[in-house]
Amino acid sequence: MRKVSIFNIFAIVLGIAFLYLPIVILVIYSFNVSRLVAVWGGWSTRWYAELAGDNEILQAAFTSLRVALVSASAATVLGTLAAVALVRFGRFRGRLLFASMIYAPLVMPEVITGLSLLLLFVAVEVDRGFWTVVIAHTTMAMCFVTVIVQSRLVDFDISLEEAAMDLGAPPLRTFLSITLPLILPAIVAAWMLAFALSLDDLVVASFTTGPGATTLPIRIYSAVRLGVKPEINAVCSIFVGIVGMTVLIASLLAKLTGARGTPARP
Amino acid sequence: MQITGAKDRPTKSSPASVDGNPRPLLRIEGLSKRFGSFMAVDRLSLDIHAGEFFALLGPSGCGKTTLLRLIAGFERPNAGRIVLDGVDLAPVPPYRRPVNMMFQSYALFPHLTVEANVAFGLKQEGLPRGEIAGRVADMLALVKLESLGTRKPNELSGGQRQRVALARCLVKRPRVLLLDEPLAALDKKLRDLTRFELMELQRQLGLTFVIVTHDQSEAMIVADRIGVMDRGRLMQVAAPDEIYERPGSRWVADFVGDINLFEGRVGDDRLSVEGTAAGRLRIAAPIGAEPRTPVWVAVRPERIRLSHDKPPNLENCLAGTIVEIGYLGDVSIYQVRIADGSRVKAAVANTDGNGGDSPQPADNVWLSFSPEAPIVLMR
Ligand SMILES: Nc1ncnc2c1ncn2[C@@H]1O[C@H](COP(=O)(O)OP(=O)(O)O)[C@@H](O)[C@H]1O
Ligand SMILES: [Mg+2]
Repeated sequence: MRKVSIFNIFAIVLGIAFLYLPIVILVIYSFNVSRLVAVWGGWSTRWYAELAGDNEILQAAFTSLRVALVSASAATVLGTLAAVALVRFGRFRGRLLFASMIYAPLVMPEVITGLSLLLLFVAVEVDRGFWTVVIAHTTMAMCFVTVIVQSRLVDFDISLEEAAMDLGAPPLRTFLSITLPLILPAIVAAWMLAFALSLDDLVVASFTTGPGATTLPIRIYSAVRLGVKPEINAVCSIFVGIVGMTVLIASLLAKLTGARGTPARP
Repeated sequence: MQITGAKDRPTKSSPASVDGNPRPLLRIEGLSKRFGSFMAVDRLSLDIHAGEFFALLGPSGCGKTTLLRLIAGFERPNAGRIVLDGVDLAPVPPYRRPVNMMFQSYALFPHLTVEANVAFGLKQEGLPRGEIAGRVADMLALVKLESLGTRKPNELSGGQRQRVALARCLVKRPRVLLLDEPLAALDKKLRDLTRFELMELQRQLGLTFVIVTHDQSEAMIVADRIGVMDRGRLMQVAAPDEIYERPGSRWVADFVGDINLFEGRVGDDRLSVEGTAAGRLRIAAPIGAEPRTPVWVAVRPERIRLSHDKPPNLENCLAGTIVEIGYLGDVSIYQVRIADGSRVKAAVANTDGNGGDSPQPADNVWLSFSPEAPIVLMR
């Protein structure tokens, strides 16, 4: 089974290049000394230095991170609960309606999600800002979390939960000590996806944001309309770094919990 | 000692096994469980006594697992009661029932080590850490797993996993241990070995075991009493030898071991059955039924003698032709076609004595059995 054909290598290289070449180019150009985006003038960290002085961009990046952290966490909790309800409680009244309502945002165009949320926020007269974006992103990401966690729960051997209860663990403790550790990799993956979705979102955030809560994509988009500054490349490179670290840490975590289970007590 | 009159009927407060008729540890009364319109357990009543090794035997799908799950509390009965130590279990959730169940799939927690799996139940009781560690170590030693405590279930063999599952239940010292086909996943050699270990553990710990199996020889070996189940009902509950020697019905006789059945009517002297495919059959003990009642005469294959020459005694013998011989090593099963076209099975031990003239297919032979051999069945 160790046979590595030329075709396999070619396929992997092509796939990785397709995914990462644009990002690599972006990162390289963020170190470009030249002001012109498309002209290579030599290595420099000048744009990073300039970035450190650009309060607007830094502020937007910080807002985006906060929104992504809070909304990903909220979406993960709510989405996991919805998945547990769908898989565990069998056929309750209105299950089909509940399921389709959870999945609807998956296929809903973002513009519609954004617009309807905007109308809602206007109707209930909340001031738009940080929390409205968080709510919007939670709504948007929750369905993805549900789908991921649900697929893991469907495979889950229910007799493990029964065995835990048989050994004296009440339902909540059974969930926390048996079910949760075993579906944790799926939950971590779901959180990561929710985090990335939020970080990435322009449309829904544009509809639901307000003064003082400009996210990075909104900031970049409005900046790019006036022409791409190399500074933007630097911001994006930093973001790539953050997202990359998140993915790495999360997958390490998932691997660790998968291999060792809940941390053993000394 | 008890007052006269109450002797056969122990009162609720009577201590166990004083008068040889102890209050059962576990009493199941008229228990029913329906899935849709299908009765998985059908008005089933059963008493299980303390310290007993009880086997539930029945074909696959007859409701054995469902019965265990009802006792463990994972299913709610549609009717009937389960009483443990005089306490009705109906309102008690599974995690508070003093019974434990060993799942057919073992259901070991894959993310926990062997030790943590075994310790899980004790942690739920909130015992001090030192006591948990001690009891876990003792239990692992008892099932000979002390060197594997830090492994994960997926690093164990099937037999080792089975022991972990067993240890995880035993360490809780349950009032009743329910075992759902505990040996089914093991290969034959290991199964034979583990059977005896199970019996030894049960005796050593003085626990009450209820084991579920579809393997009749397994039930016969391990159990003090067997309950034979079919389609959600208990057909017969008795000691293994009684189930085999005196089955209560044709169904039980056929399910537990092999049997030859001859339909007929009770003779006027009540010491014979007339009009069977084998003619008139003489029975040693008087039949407890009116003459001319339709009955079935059941004869175990190993009680039938097979010979080339006509036996001198003319009773209970019939002629036939060998159709097939099934060689099992220690015995051979001869399928013999008799006059009315039906087949009779005879088991003959392969002692080296009959090496020379052992019967061959298509041989014409005589089958015979003593009047003590048949079992007369009313249903
Ligand atoms: N949860 C369930 N829903 C519907 N039918 C079930 C369920 N559990 C068991 N049954 C049915 O009940 C019958 C008895 O099942 P089971 O107790 O598992 O049999 P056994 O353990 O004797 O093989 C089977 O026909 C099975 O299909
Ligand atoms: Mg079963």
